[in-house]
Amino acid sequence: MTFSPELEARFEKLLKIYPEGRQRSAVVPMLMYAQDEVGSVTRELVEEVARRCGVNPLQVDEVVGYYSMLHTKPLGKHHVQVCTNISCLLVGGEELYEHAKKTLGVGNKEVTADGLFSLEEVECMGACSWAPAIQVNYDFYHHVTPEKLDKLIQDLRKLQ
Amino acid sequence: MLYNEPNPLETKVLTRRFGIPNSADVATYVEHGGYQAFLKAAKMAPEKIVDEVKISNLRGRGGAGFPTGLKWSFVPRTSPKPKYIICNADESEPGTCKDRLLMEYDPHQLIEGMMIGGLAVDAHKGYIYIRGEYRYLITMMEKAIDDAYAAGWLGSNIQGTGFDFDCYVHTGAGAYECGEETALLDSIEGKRGVPRMKPPFPAVAGAWASPTLLNNVETFSAVPSIIRDGGAAFAALGTPKNGGTRLVCLSGHVNRPGVYEIPLGYPMLKFIEEFGGGVRGGKKLKAVIPGGSSCPVLLASECDIAMDYDTLAKAGSMLGSGGMVVIDEETCMVKAALRIMRFYAHESCGWCIPCREGTTWLRKMLQRVHNGQGIASDIPLIGELSKNMLGRTFCALGDAAAMPTISIVEKFREEFEAHLDGRPCPFEHKHEMALA
Repeated sequence: MTFSPELEARFEKLLKIYPEGRQRSAVVPMLMYAQDEVGSVTRELVEEVARRCGVNPLQVDEVVGYYSMLHTKPLGKHHVQVCTNISCLLVGGEELYEHAKKTLGVGNKEVTADGLFSLEEVECMGACSWAPAIQVNYDFYHHVTPEKLDKLIQDLRKLQ
Repeated sequence: MLYNEPNPLETKVLTRRFGIPNSADVATYVEHGGYQAFLKAAKMAPEKIVDEVKISNLRGRGGAGFPTGLKWSFVPRTSPKPKYIICNADESEPGTCKDRLLMEYDPHQLIEGMMIGGLAVDAHKGYIYIRGEYRYLITMMEKAIDDAYAAGWLGSNIQGTGFDFDCYVHTGAGAYECGEETALLDSIEGKRGVPRMKPPFPAVAGAWASPTLLNNVETFSAVPSIIRDGGAAFAALGTPKNGGTRLVCLSGHVNRPGVYEIPLGYPMLKFIEEFGGGVRGGKKLKAVIPGGSSCPVLLASECDIAMDYDTLAKAGSMLGSGGMVVIDEETCMVKAALRIMRFYAHESCGWCIPCREGTTWLRKMLQRVHNGQGIASDIPLIGELSKNMLGRTFCALGDAAAMPTISIVEKFREEFEAHLDGRPCPFEHKHEMALA
């Protein structure tokens, strides 16, 4: 597989930072960065990462199945993640999630027909003191209200 | 920009540089006394460094509260194997959001703390395991590390001390279980993050089967202050056996949620009033989760206590990770218990049966009760099932799921009873009104 020069440089660094013979350690970081570029963890990517790290593809598969941020199906261009865990729940996180479902017209882990958005109800993301919080891809948004969420989605649509 | 206004009542030790422009820059850090503790430590005997940490009464800020100096002393310094420093930045205990700030506003303090750990145990490589969701922090931490190399604070023969230290970032990929230290070690080795049998402890056989010193972000971040000002000065900030300050992440039904640094032993109710501005909307306090969702909840009447590890333990709960969740009188505690259990059931790694099965069954039972489909015998059964998990699981996740559940079902039994026999949740309409 060919990747961007930035990703290739990251891969090269990842294979160097762990002790000699322990390149299996690079599997998860490689997958995390590669899926951003590829769109998801594809079969081809699994085999490529396995080859580069010198492990069996099965050893890559087993981590893909374990970590919740590794996705085998493409997400929307903007992956909206709403936290409903306890701190967010107490200040409207669940209502926010319900609102997001209506606004986007999709359910948990579903993608809109145009591929622009996907939605996920997520566990605590570490924004408890500034709840309710969401993440869109890797960006945090704090003190989110249904109105702020609608505005954000509108703005993201306009970016197209 | 800071996420919340600091409070003038804070005791700012670890957060002293928060709010200074460009506080994450290496030049700013050095200008404000940064890396001086490392230079001081480089002239100290390693045993003396460990002694200072012991004297400081610093206890692990990740949740377990284990004495840090003692943990450092367990690493066999003279082992011929390479030794590693690993920082647990997998912050994922619900209610906890402090390590984020320590990395965002003062990444060099963390790097310096890890370097001092390296001096103490003769380790020359450090890894910061950051949860995958904190991608922006991974980028910031990588920049801080690059800057430290460029300024000569990382690499070979650092500032002519003869000490070599390299530091790297490792990204997680979304798994609460990886915050458990042995699961984190499996995870950093490229495997599924499932816990290991102890012993051997990580100090002896940790990452890549080598002696490993593993601490939380806040724990390492406290170390430069301890070395600079002495362990005794840090200890004196807190109470006996509970040294120093800690960052408390206040969330839930308070007027001013935020992360605040306070000395250990600060009175809890005073903290909620003076820092949090009291319960919002003038409502009454119902309960407090003192240190992350795995802690047993305290009734409002049990909150007139000091916030230190031992006092909280005496009160039947824990200081945990510093994630304090304040709950008002209009909250349905069955729903709170259900949401907490949903989390642990989702995050159970499935490695051992009591946790995998127990959390799933408890989630189902709590859902049933909350839906109004419960029967009277469900209530004692929820307690019994939880108690059956306690101490019978491979790692602390089973306990983490059981402890809040047991406390809620025991302290709020009447709320469970009010949901039985097809009755709707008595708090639902109040909740809707509060949000309207």
